Amino acid sequence: MLNHTPKEIQERKGGVINPAKTCQPIGAMYAALGIHNCLPHSHGSQGCCSYHRMHLTRHFRDPVMASTSSFTEGASVFGGGANVKASVRNVFSIYNPDVMAIHTTCLTETIGDDIPSFIADAEVPDGKTVIHANTPSYVGSHITGFSNMTKAMVGYLAEATDDSKKEQANVIPGFVNPGDMREMKRIMNLMEVPFIMFPDTSGVVDSPMTGEFSMFPKGGTTVEQLRDTGNSKITLALGEFASNDAAVLLDRKCKVPAKILKTPIGIKATDEFLMALRSTFAKEIPYELEEERGQLVDIITDTHFHFHGKKVAIFGDPDIVIALTEFVMSLGMVPVHVLTGTPGKSFERQVKAMLLAAGVEGNVKAAGDLFLLHQWLKNEPVDLLIGNTYGKYIARAEDIPLMRVGFPILDRSVHSYLPIVGYKGALRLIEMISNTLLERQDRDAEDEDFELVM
Amino acid sequence: MKEDFRPQQDEIKERRDSISVKGGQKKQLKCDTHSVSGCVSQRACVYCGARVVLNPVTDAVHLVHGPIGCASYTWDIRGSLTSGSSLYRNSFSTDLQEEDIIFGGEKKLASAIDELVAKHNPKLVLVYSTCIVGVIGDDLDAVCKAAAARHGIEVIPVQSSGFIGNKAAGYRAACDVLLRLSLPQTANPLPKQQYTINYLGDFNLAGEAWMIKNYLAEIGIKINVVFTGDSSYETLQKASATSLNIIQCAGSMTILAEQMEKRFQIPYMNVSFLGMEDTAESLRKIAAFFENKEFNKNTERLIAREEAKVGHVIESAKQLFAGKKAAIYVGGGFKAISLIKQFREIGIDVVMVGTQTGRKDEYDTIGELVNEGTVVLDDANPSELEKFMTEKGAHLLVGGVKERPLAYKLGIAFIDHNHDRKHPLSGYTGAVNFAREVESTLCSPVWKYAKEGPHHG
Repeated sequence: MLNHTPKEIQERKGGVINPAKTCQPIGAMYAALGIHNCLPHSHGSQGCCSYHRMHLTRHFRDPVMASTSSFTEGASVFGGGANVKASVRNVFSIYNPDVMAIHTTCLTETIGDDIPSFIADAEVPDGKTVIHANTPSYVGSHITGFSNMTKAMVGYLAEATDDSKKEQANVIPGFVNPGDMREMKRIMNLMEVPFIMFPDTSGVVDSPMTGEFSMFPKGGTTVEQLRDTGNSKITLALGEFASNDAAVLLDRKCKVPAKILKTPIGIKATDEFLMALRSTFAKEIPYELEEERGQLVDIITDTHFHFHGKKVAIFGDPDIVIALTEFVMSLGMVPVHVLTGTPGKSFERQVKAMLLAAGVEGNVKAAGDLFLLHQWLKNEPVDLLIGNTYGKYIARAEDIPLMRVGFPILDRSVHSYLPIVGYKGALRLIEMISNTLLERQDRDAEDEDFELVM
Repeated sequence: MKEDFRPQQDEIKERRDSISVKGGQKKQLKCDTHSVSGCVSQRACVYCGARVVLNPVTDAVHLVHGPIGCASYTWDIRGSLTSGSSLYRNSFSTDLQEEDIIFGGEKKLASAIDELVAKHNPKLVLVYSTCIVGVIGDDLDAVCKAAAARHGIEVIPVQSSGFIGNKAAGYRAACDVLLRLSLPQTANPLPKQQYTINYLGDFNLAGEAWMIKNYLAEIGIKINVVFTGDSSYETLQKASATSLNIIQCAGSMTILAEQMEKRFQIPYMNVSFLGMEDTAESLRKIAAFFENKEFNKNTERLIAREEAKVGHVIESAKQLFAGKKAAIYVGGGFKAISLIKQFREIGIDVVMVGTQTGRKDEYDTIGELVNEGTVVLDDANPSELEKFMTEKGAHLLVGGVKERPLAYKLGIAFIDHNHDRKHPLSGYTGAVNFAREVESTLCSPVWKYAKEGPHHG
């Protein structure tokens, strides 16, 4: 596979070679896991549910529970109403979650299953909740699915019960790891801003080992919290692609104004996150965060010469890639290839604007695939490739070091526990980037150039 | 805080007949049925079954006609090694979009095939249909036929729409394709090559097919074609020119063997190269088929030599594992049967056996093999697995990707018998690897940390 990519780039009409994205339902499943005591439910064939659980399990190395409608040929002809009814009955009687979060698949979308009316007909036990999101696999990507399920949480649950708003923030973290969510919560606790973060998969897919299996680990945003999001003073949507739609709906439904920010990766994006909290809640930035920022700038000063002018290629999910692009440029690196598999014009607009402002000429593409990225790299090589595990084929073929960031990472562990957001996360990214570059320098050095101190 | 919910198994009435306990009530285990809606099934779909069987055809373009997910999740997860082309390790998808769903995806499929053929010059393109293709009604046959004529190569549709059954239906779809590829291109049947066999149902994970090839070569038997580990378009075409089919993975390949017996008069037998006992028995069976005294002699020499080499490892494992209990949850019934024997060989009792797609006869054999009190279950879900492993005091689970973290959370050791394993489990080397793998997890110091610490007082 390493030699199957020709250098010459030709226009293609027939789909994708080596995708840089996957389908909506897995994003919806991941978002639903971020509700406390929630069982995600896949409305379609068994394979979808199985693949999504497998993929998430490989990335997080934790059990991922979800039920399936187990579609058959009959259901695809006569509709899945009976499957939804049976599923609702079985899910609550067997697994007893607080919430069942149904997402559709390409199959059930195409046969036109009307999920809201199926739910209305189903016997939902008292005190239990069923929500749903339409997640056709042939639209958008897994990020779109995450966004749609997050939006469903607002659509089904958010309520404005008070005339005045509470001194609290909604934070939508986007499709990030539980380690990132923990870091965002730590920052807000330090800022002393009360908040509701949703979805929140920390404590669910990074649950501790206790010697017992729990169908529903302790973490996740509760239904009460999701209801209360309608009473918050502001919604901070971190990452436009994964978080914008839920924030906009909250504004429309409950008059909670929304601020769309970048995923807080790197100094500038983290600064903006803190400034948004500070200006909304009239809070001072605590010394601890000032100190962390100062340490970060100190480390960048100590290491900037390692990075300056180094060419980098970045691929992955749009919100992460946009923020990472800004961050590596703040280190003096030059992002010459930037690509996401998720479609969306604003991705190209935002990245191009950043590159233009920095005087960098680079390739930028949304709805691209890794075949194209590989071709770009053959035409203009880089010093560092940043992206998920699938980048390893290109890294090997072109002998470029790969730094693993994003989703999915299937061949390394611990990554999902450690943040890349906030000042702490930026420190970690710098350590990862410099280790990757310096190890490569050591590996390639002639004896006479081999240095003790670098 | 809410008490952690303990699922009540008896509440799933539909599942009652899918679970049995040896020595308990006399009843027939229900299997090969549809899953219950709303359960957390560990099963996969038709496409998955077809893809896992066909993917090791190394020089084919495996093009998935559907939305992106089906291709993403099956991109290079099989671990099948190749001695030739590595084209099969790429992920090709038509990445159907909304407008394709409305107006049909045939045009896009045709251009995808054209572009891939131009780029990679393959002799074979396999086009997998996914759920949605079955619903929007793209005429896969027609598109493939036209493309085949256009390019003068084989372009074969794989009828694997996800909802038309479970994984086993995918095996059937794959076998249809393989049979089609095995048909001789000439009017006359290919002459049978003496002392050759086809090896069905080995996917060359970690090079397992190569190991078996070496054993058989020592006996005097040549492997003609492996289905489908490390196979190629050209090797598959020679499949009919052989005297015997041996089947490792019965679940996926029995259908093909039956068809080949009917069409090419090639008899077949089930074999298993998991564990010393099964390996020796299978080698003897294969050698005996040829009624050649030299072969029998060679076989006995090989077995004696290899057993002498690894016997002490197995024996010391047996001492080490005394009193340990294992649970099994794997895809097919035949694999479960082999594993029960393999565990017995290293002194471990099996207390729970489940499969995703086991058949009635396989469950009968399992029932005969296991001890009284062993739980046997079909299409289990995680809470059932948890319940029975805990109840039966299993120390170890053998399963696939999704079962691993489940076992770990219970503080139970785990070995992978599926996509994620990295070393061969076949033959004598495999028997040693198996024992070592069991040791590396069962005897890890990690389990004691789970059971001590502040939260346990």
